[in-house]
Amino acid sequence: MLRFIVRRLAGMVLVLFACSVLVFVIFMVAPGGGSDAAARRIAGKNATPQLIANVRKDFGFDKSLPVQYTTMMKKVFTGSLVSYSSQLNVDDEIRKGIPATFSVIIGAAVLWLFFGIVFGYLSAVRAGGFTDRALTVIALVGISIPVFLLAAFLLYYLTFKLTWFPNGDYVPLTQDPISWAKHLILPWFALVVLYIGFYSRVLRSNMLDVMNEDYVRTARAKGLSEHQVRIKHVLRNALIPIVTIFGLDFGAVLGGGDLVIESIFNIHGVGYFAAQAISNQDLPPIMAVTLLGAFFIVFFNALVDIAYAYLDPRIRLGTDAAGAAAA
Amino acid sequence: MAPLLTVSDLRVGFNTEDGLLQAVDGVSFDLAPGEVLAIVGESGSGKSVTAQTLMGLTRGQNAQIEGTASYQGRNLVNVSEQEMRGLRGAEIAMIFQDPMTSLNPVYRVGAQIVEAIQAHEDVSKSEAEQRVVELLRSVGIPNPEERVRNYPHEFSGGMRQRAMIAMGLSLEPKVLIADEPTTALDVTIQAQIIRLLEQINRDRGLSVILITHDLGVVAEIADRVVVMYGGRIVEHGTLDEIFYDPQHPYTWGLLGSLTRLDQPRPKRLPQIRGLPPSLLSPPRGCHFKPRCPHAFSRCDQVPPLEARLPDAPSHLDRCWLSPDQKRALRLVEGRIGLEAPAA
Amino acid sequence: MATEPYSEPVLQQHPGREPGDPGIPSAPEGVPIEGRSPWYMAYRRLRRNKTALAFLGLFILIVIFVIAAPLWATKVAHSGPDSTHTLQKLTIGGEKKDVVTPEGQPIAPVWFGAGGKFFLGADSRLGRDEMVRLMYGGRVSLFIGIVSGIITTVFGVILALIAAYYGGWVDSILSRIADVIWAFPVVLLGLAIGTALAISGLHLGPITIASSSVWIPILIIGGVYTPYMYRPIRGEVLALREKEFVEAAVAQGAGPGRIMFGEMLPNLWSIIIVFFTLNVANNMILESYLSFLGAGVQPPSSSWGTMASDGFNYVYSDPLLTLIPAVMILLTVLSLNVFGDGLRDALDPKAKLRLEARTGKVEPEAAVETEGV
Repeated sequence: MLRFIVRRLAGMVLVLFACSVLVFVIFMVAPGGGSDAAARRIAGKNATPQLIANVRKDFGFDKSLPVQYTTMMKKVFTGSLVSYSSQLNVDDEIRKGIPATFSVIIGAAVLWLFFGIVFGYLSAVRAGGFTDRALTVIALVGISIPVFLLAAFLLYYLTFKLTWFPNGDYVPLTQDPISWAKHLILPWFALVVLYIGFYSRVLRSNMLDVMNEDYVRTARAKGLSEHQVRIKHVLRNALIPIVTIFGLDFGAVLGGGDLVIESIFNIHGVGYFAAQAISNQDLPPIMAVTLLGAFFIVFFNALVDIAYAYLDPRIRLGTDAAGAAAA
Repeated sequence: MAPLLTVSDLRVGFNTEDGLLQAVDGVSFDLAPGEVLAIVGESGSGKSVTAQTLMGLTRGQNAQIEGTASYQGRNLVNVSEQEMRGLRGAEIAMIFQDPMTSLNPVYRVGAQIVEAIQAHEDVSKSEAEQRVVELLRSVGIPNPEERVRNYPHEFSGGMRQRAMIAMGLSLEPKVLIADEPTTALDVTIQAQIIRLLEQINRDRGLSVILITHDLGVVAEIADRVVVMYGGRIVEHGTLDEIFYDPQHPYTWGLLGSLTRLDQPRPKRLPQIRGLPPSLLSPPRGCHFKPRCPHAFSRCDQVPPLEARLPDAPSHLDRCWLSPDQKRALRLVEGRIGLEAPAA
Repeated sequence: MATEPYSEPVLQQHPGREPGDPGIPSAPEGVPIEGRSPWYMAYRRLRRNKTALAFLGLFILIVIFVIAAPLWATKVAHSGPDSTHTLQKLTIGGEKKDVVTPEGQPIAPVWFGAGGKFFLGADSRLGRDEMVRLMYGGRVSLFIGIVSGIITTVFGVILALIAAYYGGWVDSILSRIADVIWAFPVVLLGLAIGTALAISGLHLGPITIASSSVWIPILIIGGVYTPYMYRPIRGEVLALREKEFVEAAVAQGAGPGRIMFGEMLPNLWSIIIVFFTLNVANNMILESYLSFLGAGVQPPSSSWGTMASDGFNYVYSDPLLTLIPAVMILLTVLSLNVFGDGLRDALDPKAKLRLEARTGKVEPEAAVETEGV
């Protein structure tokens, strides 16, 4: 297991490097137009010629690309990257926003995973029943709905018209846990709707596949109750692929739905900070958020792989049997 | 001795999108204590469905099960699921064809056998584990103290089948149903597993129902043989009766297609032409008729399964041909077979 | 399984049956199967799927709706998508009403109260005809969705064919690049590129695209989804490469071009069509996120995403300004997803291509299946 973790983390470092190069290319090189254009982009919309000249020197835009790359990375990681439009230190702002952002996405992820498993289990056990059909509809709507539709709807009807929930904002967990949850229920709900149907459907189809496996028949043949067979053998094995999807979707929410949700519900987290920067066309914050977002996601996916290996001994022990069994 | 298990007129059908599939069509046999009964047939002959029905594994919304299978005063066809669960593993155990897929890949082998023990007996985990080590040793797994902690994929195919057998024996059942236990294994391993089953049968007095398509395996271990074709029993007799005086052309075909090392190799390997019948729309009369070179007009009626030889009341078959015709027709190039292979 | 000396053919399992049933042979032997082309069979299966057809109908209605935009604008609303009507008054049922009140409150939907003018009311402050904007905005949203879908498909398929056909380092390089892009969530990647390009546009050698052009979101969306098309198709091509007919073509001395596009491509059409349909749906969602956050369609163009974004500033006074364009996105994407699902079931009844419509990723076991073949 330890060897697996070490190998996986080494691979992660390589991907992180590749990601940072990609971010560098996106912001500095790809739009083209030479070093002047790059400096102008970084300096922001209403930059003076003086500021542009400073930025040009600061970021080393007159030097070679590798030098530019190291300069950018150094700025991000030493905390000296500032937004030229708002004069805010980017790293400080991100650090301040992390508790709110994690509250939104981790809370939502836990909820959609939990309810996805519960509903998926129920619909697999009663395939063709009402839960089953309802989940098909929810899954299709979930993958088709723009998150701002649901968020705007909830915001207007439940907080503005009915005043059942507080109107946006974020209350730190340490300050008041109940108020924290109350403020987060709607953002969580909006995100959970996107995924819950899909997770239930995937789990359901995995479970129906696993039910046809020989080892499930073995489990029945040794006299286990139907409940034990379903939980210990069917569900346990059907959950393994869910872990991979979860890793990808968690990243997708962090880098997508979360930005929209935080700006709609006025939650001042990392996503809100990024969304503000986007509407001001202020590049340094977006650069840093993209980079850190990618780093976080790569790291999280490494964790998921390790969890996957924990759940599936064939992968953990890395024998050729795993390949044979998968084929 | 009174039979342990009596199956009579068992019928199992499945409702499918294409209509009713009659997988088992009126099967009857007995199982005596301590005997090895082989059920032989091709895939689709209904032998596996018969075995799984005895374990209550074919129950489901789309299965229609009729007839009786009495085991110690209980009818396995209609006992409650609760009672059936108590019997599974404890009274009747089953091992399956593919040991590669019959063990759950995510649990340790030992834990899976412990689970079987704890499903029936109120024993502590460590006590159960101790028993598992002994069981693994008794089925010939070296180093059982370490091996219990392995995962299935760390076992070879033969070892997994041994582990499955250990699981089957863990509650000291009276009947062991082995569904194609050697089919998925290498030839050398097959022999070892058969030896093991033989030894278990001898040492523990356990009755074994061996489901197989391999007459070579049958010859080594069976006391009695049931030959199934298209959901019906076509011949039923002792091992010697089936091998030395086979009455049904299908049995001849099976025997003819055995490769024998003690005889000169035929130019072409004999085979039974054609395909097994569709059980959704089986042929009228004898199911083997479309593939039988000796079929005649009477074969449009189903021949009853009955003793047709005056001196062998326990040797039953389903063929309209007279015993004399059979004796003449079954000899192909000096040995038993269905017909000479096409040139 | 490779070491088995012999194994009985595994009986076909009917999907969705009760667990524990033994296998049941699938098709009865000896029943003649009519010779039909797979496309005809798919068409027949699709025709039986009423839900999929209903949603295809919905999608066609939406397309007609946006195509009819100039007609509605000139004949009914008498207003362009960008014409402002701040100081105008409307006569509805004999009553005069401001299009935008002095307080800045725009008029609510008047339906046919003013002969089709301001059918869905006006937008905030500027008093533009919301219905006309919705029709024109839909054109932009659909155009971006479909054109970027074509870009993704063309690039994804060509790169997949090249990678899987040549293998070796070509495959390694392409696949590693796809992996890195895959590591980013698509929206974040789209936002990053979108913002970078929204400031000064794209200047690449001879190509210059203005920052306000809709081609910028088109290229971004087409680009970020390419790996999601590339990966599963590459898996399919790898499987095809092992097939006899490809080996036969190689043996006859066919060149790489003929093998890739003459032999392999025709076998990929069914999955390409399904992926394309679902990809257009994903593209429209991505476009709406980018536009909602300001990194997608830039003024003066507007799409349903930018309309929802503009409207959101007035969500408490005029929720419909956000909800109506957002519902249009939902209906369009939903119709594509449901139809795409039906198409997939029709073309591949064994559902080998169970992919996630949202991000285009293939479920793990399906990926193993395609790669392991």
